[in-house]
Amino acid sequence: MATTYRTCPVSGLQFENNAEKLMRWNAVAGVLWMLVGGITALLVILTRWPAIKLLPAEQFYLILTAHGIDMLILWILFFEIAVLYFASSTLLRCRLAAPKIAWLGFWLMAAGGVITNVAIFQGESSVMFTSYVPMQAAWHFYLGIILVAVGALIGVGVFFGTLVVARRDKTYSGSLPLVSFGALTAAIIATFTILSGAGILVPTFLWSVGLIKEIDPQLYRMVWWGLGHSSQQINVAAHVSVWYLTAAVIFGAKPLSEKVSRFAFLLYILFLQLASAHHLLSDPGMSAEWKVLNTSYFMYFAVMASMIHGFTVPGAIEAAQRRKGYTNGLFEWLRKAPWGNPVFSGMFISLVSFGFLGGISGVVLGTEQINMLMHNTFYVPGHFHTTVVTGTTLAFMSITYLLVPVLFRREMILPKLCQIQPYLFGISMSVLGLVMMGAGTLGVSRRHWDMAFSGAPFQYEWPGAAYLMMGLTGVFGVIAVIGGALWIVLVVGSLLFGKKLDGGKVSNQPTPIPDQTQAAAAVAHGHDHVGVPGTVVLALLLFVCFVLYYFVNWKYLSEVWLLS
Amino acid sequence: MSAILPPSNRLWWKQPIDKVEWAWIAIAFVWGMVMFVMMIYWHIYGKQNLSNETYKTTPEMFAAKAEKFIAENTIRTETEQNIPVVKVPASGEGYLIARLWAWYPILELEKGKTYKIHLSSMDYNHGFSLQPVNINIQVIPGYEHVVKMTPTKEGTYAIVCNEYCGIGHHSMLGRIYVK
Repeated sequence: MATTYRTCPVSGLQFENNAEKLMRWNAVAGVLWMLVGGITALLVILTRWPAIKLLPAEQFYLILTAHGIDMLILWILFFEIAVLYFASSTLLRCRLAAPKIAWLGFWLMAAGGVITNVAIFQGESSVMFTSYVPMQAAWHFYLGIILVAVGALIGVGVFFGTLVVARRDKTYSGSLPLVSFGALTAAIIATFTILSGAGILVPTFLWSVGLIKEIDPQLYRMVWWGLGHSSQQINVAAHVSVWYLTAAVIFGAKPLSEKVSRFAFLLYILFLQLASAHHLLSDPGMSAEWKVLNTSYFMYFAVMASMIHGFTVPGAIEAAQRRKGYTNGLFEWLRKAPWGNPVFSGMFISLVSFGFLGGISGVVLGTEQINMLMHNTFYVPGHFHTTVVTGTTLAFMSITYLLVPVLFRREMILPKLCQIQPYLFGISMSVLGLVMMGAGTLGVSRRHWDMAFSGAPFQYEWPGAAYLMMGLTGVFGVIAVIGGALWIVLVVGSLLFGKKLDGGKVSNQPTPIPDQTQAAAAVAHGHDHVGVPGTVVLALLLFVCFVLYYFVNWKYLSEVWLLS
Repeated sequence: MSAILPPSNRLWWKQPIDKVEWAWIAIAFVWGMVMFVMMIYWHIYGKQNLSNETYKTTPEMFAAKAEKFIAENTIRTETEQNIPVVKVPASGEGYLIARLWAWYPILELEKGKTYKIHLSSMDYNHGFSLQPVNINIQVIPGYEHVVKMTPTKEGTYAIVCNEYCGIGHHSMLGRIYVK
């Protein structure tokens, strides 16, 4: 098959022509969806801010549905497909398998996204991201999501095919690079996720056109969350891979131990899909045994995996920095890190926010009994804005500062603003998550238009602190939207107006990754052991916060009405 | 050398794991077990566990049982809509209907007594969110969930609906009195 390979003069990465085009289109499509998602985010925030309450109820629920679909599915999935092609074709230096089919997948996803958005904005499909039956959306709402899922599944298939191509063409030797292995993890979880999605959305589509009479609402919730939660687990695997990628590119960091990091990814594959249970802990239809076993990912093995990555990613950075001579004290390696480089600063904020806020709150929220304190409150979106947004989205944003020069061959415009953006977005979004969780702890509902309950037969006055938290949600939400908008402006501006960069040498043949001889490996591993005391301190800090917050919530639970 | 290249040591699985990493893995493992056991411990010794008693039902069946309960136990009506206030009898069996967009009826309970409250929905998913106690339970059509609860403090409590159920969702507010 005729194709060409370009070696980027800056990074040394090798891009195959077809893969490069597909990555660009997928990334750009992702950014455009984020634009829609960002505008809807602003409208949601300005409505939930009690002092402003911008939209009327009907429009609020419509916009909130669009925000969920466009951010959680479309922005992230398109970007993830680009990540998958990068982790296969680019890192393994081989051609992309079946580019025509990959394009088919892309257009299916694009068409599906548009169709679902049309359905939402027509106004008959304000059923939220979760679309719990028996509330019914227009038939094309479901059809669009099904098309997106089929397109994504094709993308995942092309990724698997590309791994086979690399193996057959011997473009690398030995085992897959860790980042590709992490992407493989994401792709395997994605396959399960999309099949669950098909398992529920296809019948729901048939129900919406009248071919199926009824869908059990409890069954729907269980299978739907096999899609809804597992797709967030694809994100975890993908953004952890991006963390390793950033550490490798910026610091030349290598994993502390290949075995440990890969084992942690394996735990994700084995246990993450049980997380559907997290959304059913306060449901009537599941037994306590089922809840306990599933919500804990079968005894917390996937939590253990995340704790391992949370240690090995900063550990790898610390080891690399110490090898470079930043050995003073516990934290010189961190102080002297390139904080002015948005690729690094964004990645590190993502790591810290995901671990301390998203991770801890997620485990507490997913504890069977404690869930009753938080189920369907504002705590839930607070939690997932510190996982999906400061975790995944911020990691993807920061890697874009690398991709624009190497993939799109454009220099980033306005470098000063590029430096600021990860801080502006990452910190405001982290605080937003915190105050949302604060409001949720006080009982404030998610997906709720009016804290004053206008039109209700009774009154209920939320505590003053709840209004304060919602006001802060408004303030930090707006700052976060500005941070996100700045990223879109910088990326789109650079693609259009950034200085064109040299593309580098083009060849008809891939240049395989040079085989590292055993001798070289022995040298590299002979005396390179460095301790990582700074990371140990950070990890222990995380652990202490985790334990304290976990038991504080049991204390809260012990104070409510008795239930049995 | 790095995470974007194949492992430089081809036999990477034979490389020993550093002591510090082992220690962290051990901490994570033990902590996971503690959290797992904690949920089971709370089922045995804790006083806040969500009931497992659930029956399949239909809106018609559930409404009939609830109406009978209301007819037998109403003590007064309140508000312009004459919503019945129902004192749950000593037997402790009470019914609460979730529907677009109301919690029906108003329940009256006594502090320290244990009640079996039957919850179900007539239409969409709803969310039973008792405030300011902050207990949140999903209410699903077709499922009758029998929740055993014991109020610990007197007062007037609100039931907020916290599962999106359409345009009137924000006006779906119910009430429970605890005497």
